[in-house]
Amino acid sequence: MSTLSLAVRDSSTMLRRNLLHARRYPSLTLNLLLTPVMLLLLFVYIFGDVMSAGMGGGGADRSAYIAYLVPGILLMTIGGTTVGTAVSVSMDMSEGVIARFRTMPIHRPSVLIGHVVGSVLQCVMSVILVGAVGVAIGFRSTDATALEWLAAFALLVVFAMALTWIAVGMGLISPNAEAASNNALPLVFLPLISSTFVPVDAMPGWFQPIAEYQPFTPAIETLRGLLLGTEIGHNGWLAVAWCLGLAVLGYFWSKSVFDRDPN
Amino acid sequence: MPSSVMPTSIPPQSGGHPSPAAVSTVGLRKSYGDKTVLDGIDLRIPAGSVFALLGPNGAGKTTAVKILSTLITADGGQAQVAGHDIATSPDGVRAAIGVTGQFSAVDGLITGEENMLLMADLHHLSRREGRRVAAELLERFDLTDAAKKPASTYSGGMKRRLDLAMTLVGDPRIIFLDEPTTGLDPRSRHNMWQIIRQLVSDGVTVFLTTQYLEEADELADRIAVLNDGKIAAEGTAKELKRLIPGGHVRLRFTDPAAYRSAASALGEVTRDDESLTLQIPSDGSQRELRTILDRLDTAAIEADELTVHTPDLDDVFFALTGNTDQPNKPNQPKETVR
Repeated sequence: MSTLSLAVRDSSTMLRRNLLHARRYPSLTLNLLLTPVMLLLLFVYIFGDVMSAGMGGGGADRSAYIAYLVPGILLMTIGGTTVGTAVSVSMDMSEGVIARFRTMPIHRPSVLIGHVVGSVLQCVMSVILVGAVGVAIGFRSTDATALEWLAAFALLVVFAMALTWIAVGMGLISPNAEAASNNALPLVFLPLISSTFVPVDAMPGWFQPIAEYQPFTPAIETLRGLLLGTEIGHNGWLAVAWCLGLAVLGYFWSKSVFDRDPN
Repeated sequence: MPSSVMPTSIPPQSGGHPSPAAVSTVGLRKSYGDKTVLDGIDLRIPAGSVFALLGPNGAGKTTAVKILSTLITADGGQAQVAGHDIATSPDGVRAAIGVTGQFSAVDGLITGEENMLLMADLHHLSRREGRRVAAELLERFDLTDAAKKPASTYSGGMKRRLDLAMTLVGDPRIIFLDEPTTGLDPRSRHNMWQIIRQLVSDGVTVFLTTQYLEEADELADRIAVLNDGKIAAEGTAKELKRLIPGGHVRLRFTDPAAYRSAASALGEVTRDDESLTLQIPSDGSQRELRTILDRLDTAAIEADELTVHTPDLDDVFFALTGNTDQPNKPNQPKETVR
């Protein structure tokens, strides 16, 4: 069997294993979905008037703020789901069966690839669920063409894959579930200091570069542009660069941690 | 990538010919920080035999298994498993071995059957073949009834059986069993022994670790006593027993007069005046026994009871490990030696 077909076959076996886990124990995934939905409802219905009053020179109404908020919430959903990935990877690594996999003639990274692909699928599901809540409270894409929808979907998938590889690395270096969820904190913290809730230019001047160039903001702005027709500018390239960079970094980091001797 | 071709998979019981080594090591070393766990291990295990690595907790048994099964890397020395070097050809080793660890290597979140099918998929069996092998092994290990339940709900013995069943999916020629019966009740332990004997009769090479002397005695062709990271002794159970003195013939009397005259007739004896027994050092051979009996006959003495005591592995174990233990490791747990 060639390396590639071995990799594909073993990875799909590992993916089946992870999907089986997720199906049997869906509670973790559902918990992680709660946070973005709560934040969405909180910012629309509780803080909504203040937030929209502060936007676009004060003229925006609540539905305009919903439109502004939803793309960021969708990417935040991905961040939250990948925290679950870090936790489940670290829990999985303490299982004896992982030691068994290491002594079998299989494609080694497939253990990790199974987690990544499973997690990306979960991200897509989560985004669809949270997106449905967004639509239910009034989010509408104003002028997206079929191609732009496709690009938006591709962006979400690639972004999910990039964050997942980082999350897998975080899970691998964490000795237990608690440590994993702490280590993965940046994945839920970064969207809070991005342009999810307020535009970057409404932030203090010294903070703007941080908010503007961290991974979430370019992706959020690109998604907004695709769905709402706002200006994308250099954010498209930034988003793609971040996704590829994080994915490659996460892959090699995870692989090198996994190839180390286990304790 | 790994070819599944394995040099030692020539028919296992080709009989007569000296068997090639299934496992051989030279000067294997491993340390964690400044703690040396394995301090130069040399082993040669013929194919088709059962080898037991015997030692107390913390002696380095599990580390040895982890290294030989390519789970961790050694710091020094060389080892070949199934003709493959563990350092340069780990995938060759992996294709030939199966490992059942001290802590069950089963996926607790999925059912026993799903665990078996997972193994079948990873060994690239066809769907049909995988189902057949899984069903067969579940049946053989008496797990068919529990097949649809999550493995986390299994008892210790069932988990261990599932673990071994999963190991056998790949039809390994060499099986590492790291403390296969630790923590099992006596019934499950005998059950496991039965299973191991059956593996051997199929021509598989078994490398097992144990802290139970009885287990090594029951199962192993050859035993190595590992203590403090070194092989303290190696040989068959019989050879190990011969290593230490301690064999004797014991005579018990009820008549004090007979006891006293026997003591003087036999000469070199250990007396126990309270229980009227005499201990005569002896290897238990026919010749030595006859000498003793001849002397008693000549003196017209009859003992009420005669027993021949040969040293058991416990004696060997204490003799081999006791001396080195005291100065270096005062905290050596005593209960590990049964």
